[in-house]
Amino acid sequence: MSELSSTARRAVEAAQAAGAGEAEAYAVRDSGREVRVHGGEVESLTAATRTGVGVRAWIGQRVGYAYGTDLSEAGVEAIAARAAAAAEVADEDEFAAPPAPSEVEALAGLSDPSIAAYDADRVAEIALAVERTALAADPRVAGVEQAVYADSAEQVSIASSAGTAGEYESSSCFAYLQALAEGEGGRETGLGFGLARGPEDLDAEAIGAEGADRALAMIGASKPASRSCPVVLDPTVAASFAGLIGGALGANAVQRGRSPFAGRLGEQLASPALVLHDDGRDPEGAASGPFDGEGVPRRRTALIEGGHLRAYLYDTYTANREGVASTGSAARAGYRSQPSVAVSNLVVAPGELSLTGLLAEAGEGVYVTDVAGLHSGVNPVTGVFSVGASGRAISAGELAEPIREFTIAGDLLGLLTGVRAAGSEARWVPFGGSVSTPPLLIGELSISGS
Amino acid sequence: MSELIDPAVCERVLARALANGGRFAEVFAERRYGLSMSIDESRIESVQSGAEEGAGVRVIEGNTTYFAHVDGLDPADLERAADEAASALRGARREPRALEARAVAPVPIEHRPEDVAPSRKAGLLRELDERARAQGAEVAQFTASYAEARRLVSVANSDGLLTGDDRTRTRIGAQAVARRNGTVETGAETLGAHRGFELLEDDPALIAEQAASKALTLLDAGPAPSASMPVVVGGGFGGVLFHEMTGHGLEADHIQKGASVYVGKLGEQVAQPLLNAYDDGRLPNEWGSDAIDDEGVPTQKTQVIEDGRLTAYLYDHVTAERDGVPSTGNGRRESFRHLPLPRMTNTYIAPGDATPEEIIAEVGKGFYAVSFGGGQVDPATGDFVFGVSEGYLIEGGKVTRPCRGATLIGNCLEALAAIDAVGDDFFMKTGICGKGGQRAPVGTGQGHVRVGAMTVGGTEL
Repeated sequence: MSELSSTARRAVEAAQAAGAGEAEAYAVRDSGREVRVHGGEVESLTAATRTGVGVRAWIGQRVGYAYGTDLSEAGVEAIAARAAAAAEVADEDEFAAPPAPSEVEALAGLSDPSIAAYDADRVAEIALAVERTALAADPRVAGVEQAVYADSAEQVSIASSAGTAGEYESSSCFAYLQALAEGEGGRETGLGFGLARGPEDLDAEAIGAEGADRALAMIGASKPASRSCPVVLDPTVAASFAGLIGGALGANAVQRGRSPFAGRLGEQLASPALVLHDDGRDPEGAASGPFDGEGVPRRRTALIEGGHLRAYLYDTYTANREGVASTGSAARAGYRSQPSVAVSNLVVAPGELSLTGLLAEAGEGVYVTDVAGLHSGVNPVTGVFSVGASGRAISAGELAEPIREFTIAGDLLGLLTGVRAAGSEARWVPFGGSVSTPPLLIGELSISGS
Repeated sequence: MSELIDPAVCERVLARALANGGRFAEVFAERRYGLSMSIDESRIESVQSGAEEGAGVRVIEGNTTYFAHVDGLDPADLERAADEAASALRGARREPRALEARAVAPVPIEHRPEDVAPSRKAGLLRELDERARAQGAEVAQFTASYAEARRLVSVANSDGLLTGDDRTRTRIGAQAVARRNGTVETGAETLGAHRGFELLEDDPALIAEQAASKALTLLDAGPAPSASMPVVVGGGFGGVLFHEMTGHGLEADHIQKGASVYVGKLGEQVAQPLLNAYDDGRLPNEWGSDAIDDEGVPTQKTQVIEDGRLTAYLYDHVTAERDGVPSTGNGRRESFRHLPLPRMTNTYIAPGDATPEEIIAEVGKGFYAVSFGGGQVDPATGDFVFGVSEGYLIEGGKVTRPCRGATLIGNCLEALAAIDAVGDDFFMKTGICGKGGQRAPVGTGQGHVRVGAMTVGGTEL
């Protein structure tokens, strides 16, 4: 048994000794690095280690949670005791119980040894190359606000009094930049990014070039006229919306009447062009793992297929409420957070048309490459949204002048029925969670500009 | 002020951090506790208690910061972090100055939340739940949360500074969902401060009533307009407008990278003379206040706009050193796991002399944004967006019907210059600001403010 697993085991026993009938511990150890560069120099180099444990304690039908970083014997006992004390404060809930243990299938491909093989100078060179490529792309690239490389290698262990026991390791890294382009009296920003399991698989030149291209494309942008028209969402924007839809399909929001999808299971509510899955085992997905935040196996769940709403996502608690099985959708943001229902990796199925084909299909419309204000401009309960946007006009089926400072508005259900086609080239995007999606053509959305 | 680490250990850690050179080294140690819980479906749940401690050590040399952080405050943990931070440097050893303790008077807390029984906090949430549901049968769902957090911090650096702070924040939030036939609306309200349980002694359940009333009002809402028009922004959290469209652009890191529309504008008239604005980390017990920033510099009141003229940027240690000016006490970090950044504390537009009624009466056709769900800005381009959580149409100088789903969008410099009325009904509200992946408690405030023209993005064409 690893040291981390024995810590989790100790925490479970300590919680039971402190009065918990059932207990579960989730222990995490990770180490990571981050390099920020600016103007050809390293601006900051960070080395981090983190270790902690989170304990859920059940006393009868009450549940409480506590976490901490002190993993000494006394420290773990104190955390466990606080979890039991927290349970005493909660109200009884007949559905509160730990999951029964289940067979977990190992998942290969989550760790990349190249993380350990790259020293600080070598990963700094990735960020420097990202910046250099962007600056060299065009004389109008006036600077790079920041170029960043970060990685982390994580070990997760779970144990419970019900017999759950599991452990896995995973690694991830990413690099991004915010390029600044100047021209026609204005300044524009452009984001470029890449994600991988290890630095070996990051393409610094492609990331730098994307940031430069995005910033350059926006030079001279003006406000479009208000209208209702076809809209093509690029993968970064499509991912944000997929994330909002996935969030509203979590059973917790559905059961509590706080989702526009409540009571709609099985109904035809989307265009057949939109196929959406949750896949917690895709080795390319950043959120993948053999099991979820309470030790239940991760799996693939069809959410929207054939135009119908096929499933909601469940953790053990929400599954108990309906007498169904968990979909392995208990998410945690490390040991500091108790499990709650959330998507793992969302996968939007690619369609037939290339981006050129989608634009041609749109005819006259808007290509949205960036949205802002998603945290305040979307009502997750009703699905009504109005968010800031920028991108390019689509004229005669081709990309035309850059446009900015407009909003796109509608509601999530309308968006689902409005999808006319999905593009053929999907990409992993870290927005809206972890999402793989192609660009999407929406038949009509309202644009507010001048 | 209790010290988290023995000063002798601090000196040893700083010496190790400078083992391979560096012009500045610092150790930031922290111990944090928190308790939170919520009520949902009239049931107390998600009771959570956290305790973390750790330290971050940084060394600065040239334009580079070397940073390492560890969980735990054992001297061995701290020394490991110092060695890690120093490992990438290649220079000659430097000696830190001897530490000299500087006493700090933390923001006073009358009633420590950890001394209050958790059952009383649960009882308070039940009270909120009852108050919200008493607003009518159309209140279909209600959730509320309670959170207390205490942060003990110690800062020691190679310039000889040794200081610390003891911070306690308490906050409650309420969210109501109202339903009538097929229509669903939400309303939210919060109450928070750098205070203890005394914050909650005077009718805290009022926020539940306010959240429910917002949701109920919106049941009668129509679609928001889509057009450019005068916009009147409500007091309190309306100040998030200034926070986004000006505050972020004045943070010195954005300025120094040329990534702010306020670059080179110091001393220039950027707003009409009626506008005065401040960042003030010393407002008594305010949500964004602290005695010192996270680099040990006493917080201060900084006037950023004086009679419409841009008068100051906001600095932390690194950016101040680069500009050859003193830090403005705005170096803030989410925790020991983060590097400080220039951040706002409490940012506000000072009260003007118009009444809210006068400000609205002068508008023919316009939009009244009473409060926002939040906002976002790209400081480099100045493009901003705000989600309106409670908005109304103004017609013929009168507030007429409520609108749902409105977003305000615009560009900082234009919108700032277009502020043509400032109200006398000043108050502050709490916010959580995100920057560079770090969250920080910030205060925002103002009285009613009118922007001559802004784009309202709704669903009505």
